[in-house]
Amino acid sequence: MGAIPVEHGLILAGILFSLGLIGVLTRRNIVFVLMSLEVMLNACGLAFIVAGSRWEQADGQIMFLLILTLAAAEVAVGLSLIIQMYRRFQTVDINVLSELKG
Amino acid sequence: MMLLFYLAAAVAVIATIGVIVQTNIVHALIYLILSLLAVAVIFYVLGAPLAAMLEAIVYAGAIMVLFLFVIMMLNLGQSTRQQERAWLAGRGWIVPALLAAVLLGQLLYVLSGVEGMSAAEQVGVMAVGTRLFGPYVLAVELASILLLAGLITAYHLARKPKAGDE
Amino acid sequence: MLDLIWLLPTFPLLGFLILALTEGKLARGPAGWIGAGSVGLSFAVAALVAVSFLQSGIESHTVPIWTWMSVAGFDPGVNLYLDGLSLVMILVITGVGFLIHVYSTGYMADDPDFSRFFCYMNLFVFAMLLLVLGDNLLLLYLGWEGVGLCSYLLIGFWYDDPYNGYAARKAFVVTRVGDTAMAIGLFLLFAQLGTLNIQEMLHAAEAEWPIGSTLPAITALLLLGGAVGKSAQLPLQTWLPDAMAGPTPISALIHAATMVTAGVYLIARTHTLFELAPDIQLLVAWVGLITLLMAGFTAMTQNDIKRILAYSTVSQIGYMFLGLGVGAWSGAIFHLMTHAFFKALLFLGAGAVILSLHHEQDIFRMGAKRKQLPVGFLCFLIGGLALTAFPYTSGYFSKDEILIAALEVEGQGLWLWLGGVIGAFFTGIYTFRLFFVVFFGESRGHHDAIEVKGLNIAVPLFILMALSLFGGWIPVPLDAVFSHGAEHEEHHISAFMHGVMIALPLIGIGISYLFYGSGTFSVEKLMSLPASRALHRFWDSGWGMDRLYDLLFVNPFLYLARVNAKDIVDAFYDMLAAISRAGHLLIVRTQTGYLRWYALSMAAGLVALIAVGVLL
Repeated sequence: MGAIPVEHGLILAGILFSLGLIGVLTRRNIVFVLMSLEVMLNACGLAFIVAGSRWEQADGQIMFLLILTLAAAEVAVGLSLIIQMYRRFQTVDINVLSELKG
Repeated sequence: MMLLFYLAAAVAVIATIGVIVQTNIVHALIYLILSLLAVAVIFYVLGAPLAAMLEAIVYAGAIMVLFLFVIMMLNLGQSTRQQERAWLAGRGWIVPALLAAVLLGQLLYVLSGVEGMSAAEQVGVMAVGTRLFGPYVLAVELASILLLAGLITAYHLARKPKAGDE
Repeated sequence: MLDLIWLLPTFPLLGFLILALTEGKLARGPAGWIGAGSVGLSFAVAALVAVSFLQSGIESHTVPIWTWMSVAGFDPGVNLYLDGLSLVMILVITGVGFLIHVYSTGYMADDPDFSRFFCYMNLFVFAMLLLVLGDNLLLLYLGWEGVGLCSYLLIGFWYDDPYNGYAARKAFVVTRVGDTAMAIGLFLLFAQLGTLNIQEMLHAAEAEWPIGSTLPAITALLLLGGAVGKSAQLPLQTWLPDAMAGPTPISALIHAATMVTAGVYLIARTHTLFELAPDIQLLVAWVGLITLLMAGFTAMTQNDIKRILAYSTVSQIGYMFLGLGVGAWSGAIFHLMTHAFFKALLFLGAGAVILSLHHEQDIFRMGAKRKQLPVGFLCFLIGGLALTAFPYTSGYFSKDEILIAALEVEGQGLWLWLGGVIGAFFTGIYTFRLFFVVFFGESRGHHDAIEVKGLNIAVPLFILMALSLFGGWIPVPLDAVFSHGAEHEEHHISAFMHGVMIALPLIGIGISYLFYGSGTFSVEKLMSLPASRALHRFWDSGWGMDRLYDLLFVNPFLYLARVNAKDIVDAFYDMLAAISRAGHLLIVRTQTGYLRWYALSMAAGLVALIAVGVLL
């Protein structure tokens, strides 16, 4: 196993996170937004894994597992919301959902 | 190994860019799966085989299949591509991109001083398992409750509205 | 036996509660029985208490009922305090009050709001008893405001007529001016002496404050303010003539016999304070004197039978104040009692006359009514004689005592005495002007008047007649209350002065007879002089006091109200509202409803937070 600088791993996580953020903020299709969110969550998991690897502890992987669970639940709820939205509005454009405008 | 890491990292970044700029939703999903698999490779490189397996099975496997099903249900096919392209053509990119750039700059600045190398040894399934059901048992319980809640919510939200609802 | 005094206010309170809770659904019979009966029971208890109090020979007796609150050494109780002064007061209140209640069952028999009337009356008696029996200032003030409320409710009893509502408000507002002064006085007393209990407070005042120092002067002045408001003395006397808008029994009970004398009671109760402030005490005398003269002049010019009596009441309370001011404490209270008898008699007699003449109140539309209204005639004859202090009627003894005491005052005694005697002279004129105009001369209207019948009207009148005639012989147990002040000594004045005191009212009666009885002198001729016409107009308007107050207070106030119709103070709160509204309008722009906008905001916030973390 060749050692990799922790710094690089974390920077990768940061890049992926920023890309996911761009996706969340840019896309109007809600399915894309949800996918970008997955990218961001995954970047967080990567950061944990990197940290766990740095200290040779299992805790990083455990945190990743918890994030995985969270992502699974979030995707399930989010996708069912998308289905419900599509049923009511016949669209996946989140700008349509602006009824709470002040 | 180091080469593998950088290769996988490059693949992950490129695939993620593909996710956020693709107009075809199925292609975007494929890119996402690619990105996740690349990250799974990185996990393995970093000495976390269990995380790598779960990333591949649960993330790239189960969750993405869920996405695929929904995309099929919504029937978001070729016809939506023009719309996606129109949406992406606007200037909506600029502010989020700037913001993300600033965030990335901040992260780079913060992370630039971090020392240390990743583990030479793998942290195996057994190590993870004993800790998971030792000190983290409460977290596991909470996670299971979260999954149950997600299950019920998803079931309830996605069911077809009966006649008489609303 | 003495502990029974807690029953005194309880009966009228029960009566009030029953009448109030039945909301006027009770038939007249039961309502009248409850209304009058509760006060009758109170009177019976008062009589029992009086007998045992006088037999026991003790000076005072306190009956604790319960402790109102107990906080950090401040524990005002609801305690009833009985001494000679409050004994006289409760006997007058329940006795005269009972007679007036009985009379009212006849007088108000046809009124649609019969039950409401007795409801208020009972509440009034309750409050008045609380006022005179309370052993602390808090209870006294409660009763004080309670009677003010009842006065307001009863003046405006016939609320259909806007004028009655106006009169009620006027009475309430004008007395409120005095009440405010009194409240401040009570606060001051409590703050300075640290106790609410009247007796403790008086002892403390006597011990701590030297005679003639500032504090007793201020407190006495403030209390005097409350007293002049309640008792319709200068400068707050303007409400009482208008208060005659209420039913006549009310005028008799509240605005002649009891409530208006509360000011006299207050000063007598706190007489120690006034003795510590001789200047203020002298002021009391002068207030009384000027009021009695002014009211006497005005009474001579009025045509409304009840307004004449109202001004006469103001004038007589002026005598009480004069008595208080010259240190004739028991004389003032004695006059309070006899005045309650004969003024109640006069008012109730006037009520009988008014009722017989189908609510006619103008005396110049009556005339020669002695045959048609024999009972009313007798009422006014006896009441009038007592009012003018005809020798050996009740008013003679009490007024005598006051005037003799006035003469004793060093320096200004002669002036005070002279004023009082002149006032008595005018009392003779106006009282018998009323008497001769109504009952003699030629009939000027209501030729077929028939006197109202009914035992419940006649019996109280006859009892009051007897009291007016012989009330002067009732011994008043006040020596113990006032003994420690000026020593009680036999007054000796010259026979000449005594003769003047007896003669002047009689001369007044004679002048009245020459003008209005025999017609020897003509009023018209007197009125033809421009000077007398102007004087008549001036006196008739009550010395222009109402107009003066309109000019000084009411109009400026109305002007300010008009100017400030859009309340200046509101501007500040409007500004607050406008600011928060502007802020809202500003922030609501961020509430776009777009999910991506919110996400962007959160991300921007995150970036900003990290920036802060990184830079610091």
